[in-house]
Amino acid sequence: MSRKVYITGLGIVSSIGMNIEETFESLLAKKSGIKKPKHLTSVHKNDFVLGEIDISIDDLKNRLNIPENEAYSRTSMLGMLAAREAVNNAGIDNINEYKTGLLSASTVGGMDRSELYYRDFLTNDTHNKYIDIHHCGDNTEKIARDLGIKDFTSTISTACSSSINTIMFGARLIKMGILDRVIAGGVDALSKFTLNGFNTLMILDKEHCRPFDETRVGLNLGEGAGFVVIEADDIVNKSGKKPICEVSGYANANDAYHQTASSPDGNGAFMAMTNALKISGLSANDIDYVNVHGTGTNNNDLSEGIALKRLFGDNVPPFSSTKGYTGHTLGAAGAIETIFSALAIQNQVTYPNLNFKNTINDLGISPQTEVDKNSEVKHVLSNSFGFGGNNSTIILSKINNN
Amino acid sequence: MDIYINGLGNISPQNTISSDNFLTDINEVNEKYMQVVQPVYKEYISPKALRRMSKIVRMGVVSAQIAMKEAGIDMPDAINTGTGMGCQADTEKFLKSMLDNNESMLNPSAFIQSTHNTIGGSIALGLGCNNYNMAYVHRTFSYESALLDSMMLIEEGQGNNILVGGFDEITEESYQIRARINLFKNSACNNLNVLNDNQPGALAGEGAVFSVVSNDKTENSYCKIKGIDMFFNPDNQEEIDTRINDFISRYNLSANDIDLVIVGKNGDKEYDVIYDNVCNAVFPESDIAIYKNLCGEFDTSSAFAVWAGSNIIKRQDIPEVMQHSKKRDGKIRNILIYNQHRNVNHSVILLSEC
Repeated sequence: MSRKVYITGLGIVSSIGMNIEETFESLLAKKSGIKKPKHLTSVHKNDFVLGEIDISIDDLKNRLNIPENEAYSRTSMLGMLAAREAVNNAGIDNINEYKTGLLSASTVGGMDRSELYYRDFLTNDTHNKYIDIHHCGDNTEKIARDLGIKDFTSTISTACSSSINTIMFGARLIKMGILDRVIAGGVDALSKFTLNGFNTLMILDKEHCRPFDETRVGLNLGEGAGFVVIEADDIVNKSGKKPICEVSGYANANDAYHQTASSPDGNGAFMAMTNALKISGLSANDIDYVNVHGTGTNNNDLSEGIALKRLFGDNVPPFSSTKGYTGHTLGAAGAIETIFSALAIQNQVTYPNLNFKNTINDLGISPQTEVDKNSEVKHVLSNSFGFGGNNSTIILSKINNN
Repeated sequence: MDIYINGLGNISPQNTISSDNFLTDINEVNEKYMQVVQPVYKEYISPKALRRMSKIVRMGVVSAQIAMKEAGIDMPDAINTGTGMGCQADTEKFLKSMLDNNESMLNPSAFIQSTHNTIGGSIALGLGCNNYNMAYVHRTFSYESALLDSMMLIEEGQGNNILVGGFDEITEESYQIRARINLFKNSACNNLNVLNDNQPGALAGEGAVFSVVSNDKTENSYCKIKGIDMFFNPDNQEEIDTRINDFISRYNLSANDIDLVIVGKNGDKEYDVIYDNVCNAVFPESDIAIYKNLCGEFDTSSAFAVWAGSNIIKRQDIPEVMQHSKKRDGKIRNILIYNQHRNVNHSVILLSEC
């Protein structure tokens, strides 16, 4: 059980970049990817701004060299793009050299196709090939086939906390010795289904979201995929490659308060952060930066802020929500923000919370609003919370001999 | 570390709600798909909570309650769930109303209840359980992943009693859609004669099975759960045989130590042959049993097989309706459950006497 788990590769696609390099540039340039959508077909498309990736489904197929007649959801193709980059970034040539698993996450799977063809599914044979790509595991199987993974594949769906949970499960599988290496992350494409769902809940902001701002009214939806390669320290040391950071802590707790709303005392969030610190062996004041869940809804930001104050007392570390860049990418959010956190450690930089102006009166704490390149970043904590009261935290740490 | 199954709750197309009898009164149906025998839910759930719950949530919540009661626990240290298709009825409801009303005048309830972790979340909410709560959603690896996670939590010292379940619901539309591409049989089929049915596809079904797994052996313990393995997309039959042999030998057993193999034959002749090949090549001396003639095919049906296997070990009785080939008379000490989805997702679960 003494194995450590290192992140050795990153792969990402979101509205602020098609790869790690573009993404990091956007983060530093305070460049948001949220705007009026071009590719999503919805009667509401002119009513909302979204973190949509500016690429059509045909261009995605071309970019991935997928034969035109094969059925792929937008979700699975975004996932393939990010997973390929992560594996390349980790310098892996032979995927089955070690016992390797793939863990992905998604909240709606192939819904971006199902919602277009559902009536056909019921009445005729014109779109039969899309029927069996609806389920959430489809993106995982597509990526597993693409990468040649055989030993272990699975998929998690705990709403908006899903992809922190895949990285946590992967880290535990490595520590247990069941696997040596895991490609873990998550993906969700925009769909009418989710846009309308969040719209009926009345938690969407029609303008750019303002996480942790007193005047916030809701979130912006986004899409994307993020994957990390995590490996056991023994095989990393053997290969001689330089890891990016360590996955030092993680935890999941349930708020058990309401199916969609967070508790007023932030119980689930507080427990997830506390338990993650316990696993890492760190204390709260070791944390240099918090990438908060910070969706921009009234309920989340207040509840999460209260949990931060319960944990850190008067010394809440610099924190920011990066949802103003990407929108809320649902099943991908946890992985995307873990990648932002890994880049923070790798490059010793932390990010601004876009669109923030006014401190929440009931909280009295304010997020960081500028890029900070001057502070030491040794330990980063990132939160993701979801429906069903699902709260997850991951902690990444700089590796000492780096 | 030894891990025990200490409580089980099973809502299935058979009379499995009471643990007094074990498959003594078999339901024979001649339908396109098998549906669960629903309990009187109000005996378990308050009317207020019940109104908001779809069928799959009710099935999940009640089977979890039954398992916890049998295990004698009030609060699990974690809740792990597996579901292939999740909340099918609510997903369809929201999707169709969105399409029919051109994305207007929608009610959020079905959307809220459509997420795959609704059941795990509802159980936590009902119990006030703040502990670890996970939802796995990978076809026939969904329940298996939840079970593996549960065993890992116990090994890690993160808990002593873990509530773990698998569930899927069938709806008329989800049946029709999947029958269109021959995943399911297109016409009615007698469940007890499913292996001889010549239509392509499987006989569809549904169900919810929860169990409490624990490192404590109690007087309620059914059996030990020794291990679980999953493998993806094997190249050929030889790879399947090798993976299964390797799995068994990890527990210092040989194929001959497996007294009974419970296989996932579902009446889809194209893929049922894979089970026959494995049984002939790896387990020529073992008894073979089937279970999908009782519950039909669904992504988390191996949870039903775990329920059946646990009862077989505890009662030392293989119900006649499950017997596929019988070669042995001695004690049933080790059972291997082997399930696969169309030769893509293969899983094995090893149960042993306490």
